[in-house]
Amino acid sequence: MTTQIGPGESGPPRPPVPPAPAEAPPPRVNYLNVAYGVKSWLLTTDHKRIALLYLAGVTLMFFLGGAFAVLIRLELVTPAGDLVQSETYNKLFTMHGIIMVFFFLIPSIPAVLGNFLIPLMIGARDLAFPRLNLASWYIYMIGAAFTIFVLVSGGVDTGWTFYTPYSTTYSNTHVVAAGLGVFITGFSSILTGLNFIVTIHRMRAPGLTWFRLPLFVWAHYATSLIMVLGTPVIAITLLTVVLERTLHLGIYDPRLGGDPVLFQHLFWFYSHPAVYIMILPAMGVVSEVVACFSRKRIFGYEVVAMSSLAIAVIGFLVWGHHMFISGQSTYAGLVFSFLSFLVAIPSAIKVFNWTSTLYKGSVSYDTPMLYAIGFVGLFTIGGLTGLFLAALGLDVHVTDTYFVVAHFHYIMVGGAIMGYLGGIHFWWPKITGRLYPEMWARVAAVIVFAGFNLTFFPQFILGYLGMPRRYHAYPEEFQVLNVMSSAGASILGLGYLLPMIYLVWSMRYGPRASANPWQAKGLEWQTASPPITENFERQPVVSEEAYAYAPEEEARVV
Amino acid sequence: MSSVADAHGRDADRHHPDLVHHFESLPAQKEAATFGMWVFLVTEVMFFGGLFLAYTIYRNLYFHAFVQSSRHLNLTLGAVNTAVLICSSLTMAMGVHSSALGRRRATVAWLLLTVALGSVFLGIKAVEYKDKFDHHLVPGERFQAEELHLEGEESRPAQIFYALYFAMTGLHATHMVIGIPIILFIAWMAHRGRFSPEYHTPVELTGLYWHFVDIIWIFLFPLLYLIGRHH
Amino acid sequence: MSEHIVSPGVYVAVFVALMVLTAGTVFAATVDLGMWNTPVALLIAVTKAALVVLFFMHVKYSSRLVALAVGGGILWLLTLIAGVAADYLTRNWVGTPGT
Repeated sequence: MTTQIGPGESGPPRPPVPPAPAEAPPPRVNYLNVAYGVKSWLLTTDHKRIALLYLAGVTLMFFLGGAFAVLIRLELVTPAGDLVQSETYNKLFTMHGIIMVFFFLIPSIPAVLGNFLIPLMIGARDLAFPRLNLASWYIYMIGAAFTIFVLVSGGVDTGWTFYTPYSTTYSNTHVVAAGLGVFITGFSSILTGLNFIVTIHRMRAPGLTWFRLPLFVWAHYATSLIMVLGTPVIAITLLTVVLERTLHLGIYDPRLGGDPVLFQHLFWFYSHPAVYIMILPAMGVVSEVVACFSRKRIFGYEVVAMSSLAIAVIGFLVWGHHMFISGQSTYAGLVFSFLSFLVAIPSAIKVFNWTSTLYKGSVSYDTPMLYAIGFVGLFTIGGLTGLFLAALGLDVHVTDTYFVVAHFHYIMVGGAIMGYLGGIHFWWPKITGRLYPEMWARVAAVIVFAGFNLTFFPQFILGYLGMPRRYHAYPEEFQVLNVMSSAGASILGLGYLLPMIYLVWSMRYGPRASANPWQAKGLEWQTASPPITENFERQPVVSEEAYAYAPEEEARVV
Repeated sequence: MSSVADAHGRDADRHHPDLVHHFESLPAQKEAATFGMWVFLVTEVMFFGGLFLAYTIYRNLYFHAFVQSSRHLNLTLGAVNTAVLICSSLTMAMGVHSSALGRRRATVAWLLLTVALGSVFLGIKAVEYKDKFDHHLVPGERFQAEELHLEGEESRPAQIFYALYFAMTGLHATHMVIGIPIILFIAWMAHRGRFSPEYHTPVELTGLYWHFVDIIWIFLFPLLYLIGRHH
Repeated sequence: MSEHIVSPGVYVAVFVALMVLTAGTVFAATVDLGMWNTPVALLIAVTKAALVVLFFMHVKYSSRLVALAVGGGILWLLTLIAGVAADYLTRNWVGTPGT
């Protein structure tokens, strides 16, 4: 029985007015104040604290990677390569790619939000292997240290793809250290995925069957499968590149009969599914947010859950579409092209089902919802242009142009980062126990959306007109579009700085959050904000479906 | 705050010293640990998989060079090493078996025997490696293909064979070098009486790892040593 | 899950089978089987690996979940090899673009 709620009283109540200081609650023990001091953080095995350690790590890497993006966009304001030399420019886009892909996008949502929320969402006290979880953070930091070493000692110029034979034979930059950095951080990803898989299989609360799991958990399960099955392949690939440089192994050396295309196969066997490591968790976030701010169960819940698995599986069968012009067999190219189209099916299922969830829902536009709606739009553009690129014939025309750059930034920045920011805002009250300033947050969300489109939409046109990627100089007729892109990048940068400022501000000055400020469903909202170290006072028992948003629930005061 | 103390779950029913706080029971904890180990072994399969893939591709592209290179490997030493490793798998299985029955001294003895056999394997491997260095069959500028009876164009892919030989056996040996100290540590824990029929998961997991290393060698042996031996 | 204790007799039988198969694969390699040398060697290796996985590693007595993990790992390795082989096997059927 669904009753339409009028627009006036629709949606979750606005974040409640902070309680007057006089009736401020007494200090309550939670995971943040249970212990103090550096040691209590660096030796913690609490998944929530480890999530915050990751948050610090990925935020640092995000702004590092962002600094390189700023320099790239500054260089591209003028057609002449006049700000940096071409060698320097090669290092700029390489460092931007390596840092953003391996040290921000891949760990961002799983290691921060997944780490924090999966045990809470499934009613567990912790992940299955808490010490392994802490170890994975240290491994990530060691990998990051390698990358920062590369950065201060002169950089690397192979592109984030480390293509052979340039990386193995010709490059005179720090390929070995950069490769080892990525190799090492890969193990952090593997251990996180392993931990999630075992946790989701073995630690669910009584009554929490697979088809009662939040879609966020389903998305992370699919992501973990990719992490576990794909990451070891990039590990061995980069290890062979390092060995080839140091010990002259020769596996990819054409002079010995080795085939550089084999490197590309191995590289993309991981690195294509890695895109789904970035986007699937963001899709999980969007599912949670859309359900909560439409006050409805996700339309076709089971299908959306299965589509995550389908994306993970099909995503492993399409890697050859990165290699259409590499000398790969035309027949293999045909097969990979066809299989690439198949990924569109589960992706479209998600988009249609989120949209159908909005239909007749009582929708409210709080900040997380703004990001979620932005995600759906931008992901759709990124996904549809992906179909252009999957088409063998058209891809030959736009390979290695800004069309490709724009396409994957729509997925990674417009998709993954929008999802990440939406998720950070949605669960910020749970993580910190404080509310962020809603007005500023909405302004920032709009700035991010506008800045993003101004940055990357012109790049579609640039690419279609034939501007190749990875050059620091370009013909003059491309300047207008490049200036638009650089202007958009500065707006986007502002949009990213704002949350940084007001979120930090809110940790001290934000109003205190109740246990469930959004009136959301899900076990993570059934415990205090911030939660206690053990997550729940008593073992929760689940007796209803996920997203059981119903009118009568609205009335109940929690 | 009694409720918080409650949540610690340190009540009387759950006081087994090896049960960590976030699991319901020892069997649940063991199930999770075993499954986690298997997921880890799957990642290992994919890790070695990259090299097995390269091997498959190049063996088909350069079959003759692979045959000639493979024939220079010492079949006797390879076969003996296979037998040694299978023996070590048996001793490891017996070690796990003894620990499940709570037989402390037998557990320690079987584990130490496993370490001994693993060391024999590595010793034989070192002899084989030295032979390849002596004959200039290590990839690099000083690689010499004359002894392989390969000339001109055909001699180059021989380096790829030996690159894969060293990479695959080297990665395998690295896993053994990591495994041996782990077994020694587990043996020491067993000696200290840390395990019981209820709790001996670390022994089992170490066993799984060691058997996995054995399986890798079961494939490496025919792929590297047994190509075209009948000519 | 109650634990299944495998009797040492099973281990010894598996061990003997592994040793016999090792001798068998060495012998088979010295005989000219035409195109069948490699398949026979691989078949023996797969049999040996299966014995180790099922008995030494207790998969025969473990949960279906563990069996699923093993099967999934093998399937994914075969996917990797099959996808790349699909390229190399068909590469010379027609000229590739740009050559």
